[in-house]
Amino acid sequence: MVAAVEGARKATRTVPAMAKDAVIFAAVSLALAIPLVGFYITDQGSTNTLHTRFGPMFYGVGVLFLGKLALSFAESSEAIARRIALIGSALAVLWFVIAVTGVVQDDNQVLGWFTWIVVVAVAVRGWVESRRSGAAARAIATAEGTSLGAAVARLGRFLGPLFIGIALVAPFYAAAIDDKRLVDLGVLIFTYIMLGWGLNVVVGLAGLLDLGYVAFYAVGAYTYAVFSVKLGLNFWETLPVAGALAASFGILLGFPVLRLRGDYLAIVTLGFGEIIRIILLNWAELAGGAQGIGGIERPSFFGMPFTASPPEGTTSFNEFFNIEFSPMHRQIYLYYIILLLALLTNWFTLRIRKLPIGRAWEALREDEIACRALGINPTNTKLTAFAIGAMFGGFAGSFFATRQGFISPESFNFLESAIILAIVVLGGMGSQIGVVIATIVLIGGPEWFRDLAAYRMLAFGGLMVLIMIWRPEGLLAHREPTIRMHSQKRSA
Amino acid sequence: MAYFLQQLINGVVLGSIFGLIAIGYTMVYGIIGMVNFAHGDIFMIGGFVTIITFLVLGAIGLTWAPLALLLMLVIAMGFTALHGWAVERVAYRPLRTSNRLAPLISAIGMSIFLQNYVQIIQGARNKALGTPLISGSIQLMERDGFAVQITYMQIVIVVLTIVLMVGFTMLISNTALGRNQRACEQDMRMARLLGVDVDRTISLTFVMGAALAAVAGMVWLLYYGIIDFYVGFLAGIKAFSAAVLGGIGSLPGAMLGGLLIGLIEVFWSAYFSVEYKDVAAFAILVLALVFRPTGLLGKPEIEKV
Amino acid sequence: MADPPPAAGASSPTLLTVEHLTMRFGGLVAIDDVSFEARNQHITAIIGPNGAGKTTVFNCLTGFYKPTVGRLTLRPPAGGEFLLEQMEGFRIGQHARVARTFQNIRLFPKMSVLENLVVAQHNKLMRASGFTVTGLVGARGYRDAERRAVELARYWLDRIGLTDRADDNAGNLPYGAQRRLEIIRAMCTEPRLLCLDEPAAGLNPRESAELNELLLFIRDEQKIGVLLIEHDMSVVMKISDHVVVLDYGRKISDGTPAEVRNDPAVIRAYLGEAETDELPPEVAADLAEEGRI
Ligand SMILES: Nc1ncnc2c1ncn2[C@@H]1O[C@H](COP(=O)(O)OP(=O)(O)OP(=O)(O)O)[C@@H](O)[C@H]1O
Ligand SMILES: [Mg+2]
Repeated sequence: MVAAVEGARKATRTVPAMAKDAVIFAAVSLALAIPLVGFYITDQGSTNTLHTRFGPMFYGVGVLFLGKLALSFAESSEAIARRIALIGSALAVLWFVIAVTGVVQDDNQVLGWFTWIVVVAVAVRGWVESRRSGAAARAIATAEGTSLGAAVARLGRFLGPLFIGIALVAPFYAAAIDDKRLVDLGVLIFTYIMLGWGLNVVVGLAGLLDLGYVAFYAVGAYTYAVFSVKLGLNFWETLPVAGALAASFGILLGFPVLRLRGDYLAIVTLGFGEIIRIILLNWAELAGGAQGIGGIERPSFFGMPFTASPPEGTTSFNEFFNIEFSPMHRQIYLYYIILLLALLTNWFTLRIRKLPIGRAWEALREDEIACRALGINPTNTKLTAFAIGAMFGGFAGSFFATRQGFISPESFNFLESAIILAIVVLGGMGSQIGVVIATIVLIGGPEWFRDLAAYRMLAFGGLMVLIMIWRPEGLLAHREPTIRMHSQKRSA
Repeated sequence: MAYFLQQLINGVVLGSIFGLIAIGYTMVYGIIGMVNFAHGDIFMIGGFVTIITFLVLGAIGLTWAPLALLLMLVIAMGFTALHGWAVERVAYRPLRTSNRLAPLISAIGMSIFLQNYVQIIQGARNKALGTPLISGSIQLMERDGFAVQITYMQIVIVVLTIVLMVGFTMLISNTALGRNQRACEQDMRMARLLGVDVDRTISLTFVMGAALAAVAGMVWLLYYGIIDFYVGFLAGIKAFSAAVLGGIGSLPGAMLGGLLIGLIEVFWSAYFSVEYKDVAAFAILVLALVFRPTGLLGKPEIEKV
Repeated sequence: MADPPPAAGASSPTLLTVEHLTMRFGGLVAIDDVSFEARNQHITAIIGPNGAGKTTVFNCLTGFYKPTVGRLTLRPPAGGEFLLEQMEGFRIGQHARVARTFQNIRLFPKMSVLENLVVAQHNKLMRASGFTVTGLVGARGYRDAERRAVELARYWLDRIGLTDRADDNAGNLPYGAQRRLEIIRAMCTEPRLLCLDEPAAGLNPRESAELNELLLFIRDEQKIGVLLIEHDMSVVMKISDHVVVLDYGRKISDGTPAEVRNDPAVIRAYLGEAETDELPPEVAADLAEEGRI
């Protein structure tokens, strides 16, 4: 009914009304833009200079005005009016680009992008809106999210092995075209996939909002770094220790705070993440302070290092296999390690979901009070989720340390936690394949635009907001029951 | 003793800033039950609007301190409030009926967005105020070669905070707006049925919170003389800690919590270690939540089943 | 009106003893010095006007609230004793095995019906899965336990006719089915005492009749005690063995349905000083049905 009302309201909107809307929208945008876009400060030493940037500002606001207008037209009920208006306004925006670009000097590249984003957004939105409206659209989007998720879940049987197959052979392809960057990207993506899967246990399954996940990642990384540098232990020897230590930290933190309400828990975990970082930053003897720890042992293949000139008494990987030395070898080996760790995480999660503890996590997420009435111990159950999630974070951290060979507190800031959380939530909470897709979108995509760091994060933040508004349940919000009474065909 | 007194003064000033930001958190949490994660960045924007206003005023030759201060205050509050309004309109309102996590994620996204937006349009470097607007100080006492000073700036800050707090409390307790807010806090659906414009009330809550954050941003800038795009993150978290410590949802609680966090931070830096001052604030937050989850002035709350 | 079917053991042992229960919220006294008993294999109804403190009694029994004063003792027929007021919330479900439903249904809406019932058997299954360790490697013992858990769930689903929908999300069931599901979820914990908070609220007459049958089945075949909060007098009169009446947190009457029905204090509490023609229609109808007007 709401949809019908909204549709009716839109249909009866006149051109002046739409224009008025657009004017208000533009006026607000202008007011927002005046202080921070219209003026900017540069400083030489201690003297500030104020500059104006009114040209680009008016240009941007103009684009927004026309964009908003075009959108209103595109949402109009008359199909022909809609189409004409859409084309007309798109042309108008284009004209604007051409006519005004002269006014704009050094910012025109950015403004060009901005314009195109608005044009594309209007076109997409207009196309979608022309088929349905308002609240109905949102309901449909949610339903689509679920049915898309269901489709992906059905395909999962094929998609999973396919993904794994591609992941297994990808390095050979990269080696064939000799693209080290591709392997690096693969390592990066799988690191985040693993982190995403680890955090998914805590956030997706148990519904505990952890904003300090990176702390466990740091614990794992520093554990390996310290053990390697001070005690000379290797990666595989340290891995269990790192996991156990991270899990202990999880329990240590979780014990006092898991009783708290969701939002409080979020802030406390965030605080905990910052505390760990600050401690690392200031603990010079053990953690190296701001300089961090360097010279961490790189991984070796059953004791065989990946170096061109191995130390006395050892055989290097390439010598043993009698192949020519290539820096790619180590990269590929690292790739397989993280692939293995990530798949282990995935296997574990899929498995534990079907155990009582996993079901209790999900039940807690749904309704803690009902759980208590059923005799489930909420604190212990949450604590397990926290500890297991932390353990995987610790594993991933150790891997990070051996991959980089150098770590410092800088790598473990809040932004990392936010990125991992975004991967879990955007993918669709609790969805394993959602994590993979979200990682590829959020990490793989922007990684190609590394040089535009600030723009990349701007887009990242904006994307988080937009995806939440578009699909509050995440991209693939679908959940398969962990146990069935009837075979799947019958229920479908 | 003299040293202690000096730290006390510094702590109260810092606490005023946290308190002003904390009010925004506490009001929003009270009315829609979410942590407005982007509020710290709204505070940062307040600081930036202030410094730009300051430079614009300087450029047009308006340098008489009282008038300049007043104009900076009004302009910063106005523009920042608009930002607060826009953030709610864009990122939170569409999510009002969805699950609990969605608005929080949206808020984190908004925070990242605002930080990078300011970084892009204003540059990543610190912005320094340069010449202090108000200088000079009163020497309160001197002992053992240590002089206790209170600067005029500090006096202005504390007076400003007190005036705003009193005015604001009166606004909330005596107007229809305050009544509507309390109605929405209790039961949003019922309030709507009784003719309260819920959307408008929530918008105004964000506007007021942002306006106070703008004051905090201005005070921060005047006090420290420097601001950057990242300053909202830590200050925001500490202010949130203050709100929780004081009892979330309670306005006097936010102010009290702010004062305490400010004092703790200053004393910790003065007597223990500067490096761990942020750890102190967080540790207090954790302790407060564990031992008194409702905060100092919050009403104890038994979950209704 | 047919007489209620008699309880199996008229002399069955006392299961729950509530003594001097008092619960204060700040200045508000929600329950004021209430004492009563509930027998095993009996349906004990707690009735009273809105806000009388009925749900609060349940919350004290199941550990959601700590009573200000009072002693709540559960004595299982097999022996032993649990002092409920001293136990942490979840342990009451786990050890004393008092199960409950909620006035506003609390299912796990995004989990399937079957999962809801399996989660209810959590503690049993946790032990069977070796606290996750042996379960993780897929040990035989756990698989068997899980199969038995599904059997128990099927048994109850068959009872309420929801077997077909076992794999649907609980949140997608119609209201009446959700109410029944919540009851059998509580039954899957294999409780000694089942506390039902207005299970008939919002049901149509046919569903309500089915519910009565289910409750009698639970009493007679499962041989456990049932505490029932109910506003619908016809349900109370038909199936309960014993009725406790609360008003403003105080117990004003206690006895068999027939005794309570004729107690002047109860009539006053329900009717006040008002004329009968000013009664709310449901109350008037109930009373009419019982031949009182
Ligand atoms: N957590 C709480 N905090 C404050 N007051 C409470 C709380 N729980 C219950 N009360 C109060 O205790 C009184 C009894 O409430 P209760 O829910 O037990 O009534 P009830 O008999 O179940 O009523 P109904 O028939 O409406 O369900 C009410 O006045 C209620 O407001
Ligand atoms: Mg009740």
